[in-house]
Amino acid sequence: MIWHCNTAMLVASEPTRSNACPMLKVVNLSKSYRSAQETVHVLRGVDLTVARGESVALTGESGSGKSTLLHLIAGLDEADGGEVWVEEARVTGLADAGRAALRRTRLGLIFQQFNLVPSLSVADNLAFQSRLAGQHDAAWLRELITRLGLDALLKRYPEQLSGGQQQRVAIGRALAVKPALLLADEPTGNLDEATADEVVHLIRDLVARSGCGLLMVTHSARLAAMLDRRLHLRGGLLT
Amino acid sequence: MTRAAWVLAVLLSHWRRHPMQLATLLVGLIAATALWSGVQALNQQARVSYDRAAALFGGARTAMLIDPAHATFSQAAFVKLRRAGWPVSPVLEDRVQVNGRSVRLLGIEPVTMPTETASSSAIARNDLHAFVAPPGRTLVAPETLRDLGLAAGAMPRINDSGELPPLQPQPQLAPGVLIVDIGVAQRVLDKPGQISRLLVGKTTHNARDLPDKVAGTTLQRVAPDSETDLARLTDSFHLNLTAFGLLSFLVGLFIVNSAIGLAFEQRLPTLRTLRACGVSARLLNVVVVIELVSIALFGGLVGLMGGYVIAAALLPDVAASLRGLYGAQLPGTLSLQPQWWLAGIAMSVLGALAAAAASLMRMARLPLLAAAQPHAWQQAQRRWLWRQGVLALAMLIAAIGILVFGDSLLAGFAVLAALLLSAALALPVLLDSVLRLGGKGARNALPAWFWADSRQQLPGLSLALMALLLALAVNVGVGTMVQSFSATFVRWLDGRLSADVYISAANETQAAEIRRWLAARSDVTAVLPGARTEVQIEGAPVEIMGLADHATYRANWPLLRSVADGWDRLHADDAAFISEQLSRRLHLDVGSRLRIPAPAGDWSVDVVGVYADYGNPKGQLAVNIDALSRHFPDTPQTRFGLRVAPEHIAGVIAAMRVAFHLDARQLADQATVKAESKRIFNRTFAVTAALNTFTLGVAGIALLTSLLTLSGSRLPQLAPLWAIGITRERLAAIELLKTMAVALVTALLALPLGLLVAWCLIAVVNVKAFGWRLPFQVFPMQLLELLGVAMVAALLATLLPILKLARMQPATLIKIFANER
Repeated sequence: MIWHCNTAMLVASEPTRSNACPMLKVVNLSKSYRSAQETVHVLRGVDLTVARGESVALTGESGSGKSTLLHLIAGLDEADGGEVWVEEARVTGLADAGRAALRRTRLGLIFQQFNLVPSLSVADNLAFQSRLAGQHDAAWLRELITRLGLDALLKRYPEQLSGGQQQRVAIGRALAVKPALLLADEPTGNLDEATADEVVHLIRDLVARSGCGLLMVTHSARLAAMLDRRLHLRGGLLT
Repeated sequence: MTRAAWVLAVLLSHWRRHPMQLATLLVGLIAATALWSGVQALNQQARVSYDRAAALFGGARTAMLIDPAHATFSQAAFVKLRRAGWPVSPVLEDRVQVNGRSVRLLGIEPVTMPTETASSSAIARNDLHAFVAPPGRTLVAPETLRDLGLAAGAMPRINDSGELPPLQPQPQLAPGVLIVDIGVAQRVLDKPGQISRLLVGKTTHNARDLPDKVAGTTLQRVAPDSETDLARLTDSFHLNLTAFGLLSFLVGLFIVNSAIGLAFEQRLPTLRTLRACGVSARLLNVVVVIELVSIALFGGLVGLMGGYVIAAALLPDVAASLRGLYGAQLPGTLSLQPQWWLAGIAMSVLGALAAAAASLMRMARLPLLAAAQPHAWQQAQRRWLWRQGVLALAMLIAAIGILVFGDSLLAGFAVLAALLLSAALALPVLLDSVLRLGGKGARNALPAWFWADSRQQLPGLSLALMALLLALAVNVGVGTMVQSFSATFVRWLDGRLSADVYISAANETQAAEIRRWLAARSDVTAVLPGARTEVQIEGAPVEIMGLADHATYRANWPLLRSVADGWDRLHADDAAFISEQLSRRLHLDVGSRLRIPAPAGDWSVDVVGVYADYGNPKGQLAVNIDALSRHFPDTPQTRFGLRVAPEHIAGVIAAMRVAFHLDARQLADQATVKAESKRIFNRTFAVTAALNTFTLGVAGIALLTSLLTLSGSRLPQLAPLWAIGITRERLAAIELLKTMAVALVTALLALPLGLLVAWCLIAVVNVKAFGWRLPFQVFPMQLLELLGVAMVAALLATLLPILKLARMQPATLIKIFANER
């Protein structure tokens, strides 16, 4: 099952790989940070497209602007120039409430630091965003729980889980909302190699299963190779 | 569930996981609301009583006609004015003794009573026939009935001169008053055809058309007043209570501020996650405010219940103070109006919002991407240090400015508030400097860490320490004032109560009999007659007391200053001694001249001395008793002081009791009167002492809760030391030492601040509030005692978190170094 690019409608269809209606389109995006001493141009006109069902790895050196690009796409930060489109929504033209609505209903975010709500149980964390978005699907959540191997952990709290378990919960929360685009910022940065492989496999399988697009920031060439396409950010431009 | 409800559920889940923090927040809110609303309940109860009394007597709230030269006048004036169409109604009033208690007997005429005199006329009209037809009714407040030890339907005798109609309790009546038909009052008071005043109802007539002279009586119209004499006299007392309530409220809000600040810091990652998951900033802000208001509503409601309990517990002391100081009667049970509940809830909600303002503003500006810093709150607090220092200096300058230029009671309290706020703001700056200096002297690694870590811990503790400083300083200030007052009051009583026996005869006839009887007694060395009357000077009541020319007064009267031959002038000329408070109010001093309104025309007197008259809300003048009798011929001379050798006092009193059937209120020796005065004095400050203790208790709780909430975030600092070989017990001891050290520095700073507060209370607030100034004294033992109490409170507050640390499982400390934290 996938979801049509019209955000208002959810239409079941076979997964396809088409650029006709991209999940993500980034056009000439630029961003710089100013400090007292200098201005750092992090992004200098980035163009990027992610198609429906496509998984893309974004690599680059530390400080190359990978996370910044992800934050701009998610509407967590504001660009200096250029445009970001998620399906038919121009993120760069939205106000705070609009960007929040977009994140709530169409985006799934996974961070290196897990970012779970410490006071909620695993079950509540998993259902949190989908309930918030009014897009709760109990059957889909059940499937995610099974696929992520979280059945026995539902009543626990984040502090009672290992790093790998916490990241699985974060993935489940992000996917439970049935996002159009999954944005993952070094989701395996805190995990050992075996667990990292397992987590990326899981993400890739679930993306394929749901038909959403995936843009994953990673330092690891090995993990990047597991995805459909690999982009490298250097000097503020994608290569 | 709506989106807002989901967000609210997530925010509330934080409290479920951190119940101690929620308890802290609620304790702060409940303590703040309880102490504030308790004080307000007492004030409201008192004000309602004053209003009831005013409405009942028709004194302050209704225009009236009086004969300025006589206590009573002929009721022919009533008949004449009534026939001329004036809506007047007669009242006859006097004090009477019932079962040994002095009460006010009020005779009214229910048919003509103006409707605006509220309860009395309405009550009378309800059962008009029973009230006026024989045997009639005596209306009485239930609490007065209890005080008199009588049952409903009883027919008490008064002054041995008559029997009152059956008593009928009426809940709406003011306490301390008996109401009968005016005919009954004229009979039992033996004043046939006489009335005390005429109440003037609302009329279309112009008041200026009222004739000056009616039926041979010169009448003076007294305009209605929105504020009663009692309300005016007791304003200072209630302002004092309010100031203490406000201080306790602020100390409570320190706890709220501390709890909310820490909760906000701990929830920063959650707030960012919520924003990342698509919760808009506006929704998040609104839900956080809803959460806070909900908690404040709950805390406020519980606090109101606590306030009711506090008010009920303090009411007997407040009632005794008001009765002793001002003669105001308060009912013994609380009856609160809806606005009290609403005001209490509003204070709780507004207080919580004010205490959370800084956190709410930070949240509204929360950068979505800023990395969550584990100790951002503490670091931000440190950045505030120098700003606090500047603000403290500004407040100190403001305090000095108000002290120099202000000239009112409110200005006095403003000086205190600015001074306390300045000290509280300066405290973290001072402590930081002390700790930095300590760090510079440290040679070894552990002491160096001790000082550095104490500084790092300071921002989290500073609010609680500020609350402790304020509570201690106010305790020192009020304690010093009360002790100064106590020492001065005892000396003053010795001067004022210099006679050995005091007598108050029931009437002039009995007084004459007593005088004759005393003249024949060889064991009575001197009879000192006394008389008092009351006049209005510049709109406020002033007592004039007549003093006999006797060595007893010359030797003991508490004169503060006088002309060289003051006593001779007093007894020879038109001269007066003036009480300190009246001299301040009228801006008169030795050498000034004063005009006293007297029945036969103004009486001009020279002020030849100023004397202390502590505790008396009314102004007072002391004149020669013969001069008083000449200018105020109606003044009853029913009071005497006797000089009797100590060994004969008991015998004289016993003999007088047998001869004249005088009760304990009419006949007492000096020791009894002094004991009663001291009892009233002690009860007056019992309320202040209780509020003081509450405030110190709340400050102790603030310290405890701050330490408890901080103990969790202290682990990352302590775990590395444990890892390199310092035992948990030693770490706990170091933590204890640190907290006790900052508490000791705070307490030591509170002592001079408290003395400054005491000076402000004595030299500024008391002078403005009561008109008299006490000599300032320092009581070192009291300061040491309070220092000890502060250290014990700090030790108790520190103990629980320290024990937690000493018993902490190694696994908990290991987690600091692991990802699983």
